[in-house]
Amino acid sequence: MTVRSPIFGFVTDDDRVFKALADPTRRFLLDQLFARDGRTLTDLESELEMSRFGVMKHLRILEDAGLVVTRRSGREKLHFLNPVPIRLIHDRWIDKYTERQVSALADLKHELEGETA
Amino acid sequence: MTTSTGTAVTTQVYRVYIKATSQAIWDAITKPEWTERYGYGGLSQYDLRPGGAYRAFASEAMKKAGAEMGFPTPDVVVDGEVIEADPPRKLVQTWRMLMDPDAAAEGFTRLTYEIVEGKGGVTKLTVAHEVEGAPKDTGAGGGWSWVLSDLKSLLETGSPMDPGNPLKEG
Repeated sequence: MTVRSPIFGFVTDDDRVFKALADPTRRFLLDQLFARDGRTLTDLESELEMSRFGVMKHLRILEDAGLVVTRRSGREKLHFLNPVPIRLIHDRWIDKYTERQVSALADLKHELEGETA
Repeated sequence: MTTSTGTAVTTQVYRVYIKATSQAIWDAITKPEWTERYGYGGLSQYDLRPGGAYRAFASEAMKKAGAEMGFPTPDVVVDGEVIEADPPRKLVQTWRMLMDPDAAAEGFTRLTYEIVEGKGGVTKLTVAHEVEGAPKDTGAGGGWSWVLSDLKSLLETGSPMDPGNPLKEG
């Protein structure tokens, strides 16, 4: 794949995404939102043995990386998982043709390891 | 996902930052000459006023791919109605996937596009899809990440990610 524009890499901050993902608590928070999206801080906090402030800090880093998007619903602030930055990283190295082989190998791994794909 | 709590409404939120003007993004969403160039590549037709119709038509490539997999593709693959059109900032509409009877049975969902221009020519596009009871992995709300990634590629580089995609013409 040719990078046609020097703009690519300037708009999306991949560093922030990788940094945000390089932490088990933050991945746990994303897993929580993947299982059930649109949750409040209080809700997310109840899943973790951590202070409210600690959870807020992690959510802030996820939000700065664009992996979490917040929206207001009445008095509540809801957190949503935004998968687009991960998709952009995916699309940078995996094109339409290699995707098939890549997902076939991923499926094989899930199959052999007894997980659901 | 089958297990869920009591509430029936699930909102999916997708956000992407694109180096383009809000008008360019608005056009890419609402004008057929743009919608055929990224994502699933069908022509979209909008009557941009409250109550106006929305239709996305199957491309020839889409029909061919459907036929190869052994199912007929309808001419109109997605339909809906415009609820609010505030160019180039906000578009609210209903949305129903008609690709197959199962998807059509999920009914209308609500889709909101929000476009906010930021600093340095970078514009924030947020797509919120309220999929009331519609399962995540069937008709509604499946491919937004890929579609938005492709849209970003088209507006920033002048071409979609993969012009050779068999689901796209040309």
